[in-house]
Amino acid sequence: MNARFRAVLDEIGGLFVDDGSLAAFSVVLILIVAGAVKIMNVPPLWGGLALLIGCIAILVESLLRATRTGKK
Amino acid sequence: MDLSTVLPAITAAFLASLVEVVEAFTIVLAVGLTQGWRPAFAGTLLGLIALALIVVILAPLLGLVPLQLLQFIIGALLILFGLRWLRKAILRASGHLALHDEERAFAKETDELRHHARSQRANYLAGVAAFNAVLLEGLEVVFIVLAVGVGHGVVAYASLGAAAAVVVVLAVGLAVRQPLSKIPENALKFIVGLMLTSFGIFWTGEGLGVEWPGADLSLVGILALFVIVSAAMVLRLRPSRRAQLKVVK
Repeated sequence: MNARFRAVLDEIGGLFVDDGSLAAFSVVLILIVAGAVKIMNVPPLWGGLALLIGCIAILVESLLRATRTGKK
Repeated sequence: MDLSTVLPAITAAFLASLVEVVEAFTIVLAVGLTQGWRPAFAGTLLGLIALALIVVILAPLLGLVPLQLLQFIIGALLILFGLRWLRKAILRASGHLALHDEERAFAKETDELRHHARSQRANYLAGVAAFNAVLLEGLEVVFIVLAVGVGHGVVAYASLGAAAAVVVVLAVGLAVRQPLSKIPENALKFIVGLMLTSFGIFWTGEGLGVEWPGADLSLVGILALFVIVSAAMVLRLRPSRRAQLKVVK
């Protein structure tokens, strides 16, 4: 039963995390943008644009790293 | 209800569910053809009941979270989920990662079931395989339906998209009675990855109070930007013709 419960938890985690760095960078980006908008009063639209550009940059970095190191 | 909100939710839920249901169908089919339909149907039914229980427990809890916070959380999860699918789809499309092969998955499952066929627990193990497949792939469907639907209160429409995917896969699958390997899974994952990432950025932004230029229509702009970047990355990462010739030599 434990093994099955663990498999379900692994599957739920696996929904969001494949390349650990991609997930970690994304979370950090989201937190930084949220902090900038909510605490430092950066205009929300600027935050949204930073999120958009940041996500693209993170995706491109992850792809280049995967093809360079062979770690998929 | 605004079509620009409903249609993307239905489309994303339909396409994403199609991918997941095909994967679950492959396992259930392997169980049915190897060990008989009784454990296959029993496992499937129990998996569906477990999923229904999860939805019944989760849905009311989501209603307790303020909408803006919910949009932010769901948006953030969608970014993680969408970027993961998009990354994998780009690596597959550019030839750096093998395509998912339903026939190979079917053969692997069938081999494992045959290995246990003489065991007294063969029927139980076959039922568990079907249960796991339905529950685990179903969890992804539930997440996608909630994620694309809850931000704008269109969960019912997103559920219709997912239900349509189940009907399509079952109808085609029962007709051909073999793994649905002809379905272009990577192309579907590519499209879904693009849509979910765009939804994620849009809703995370809305959760932070962003008033996107053009309101819901800005989703199309975000999507277009990701289409361009992803297509450029596929072209950039494809091994050059010269490199391919070198390998052949």
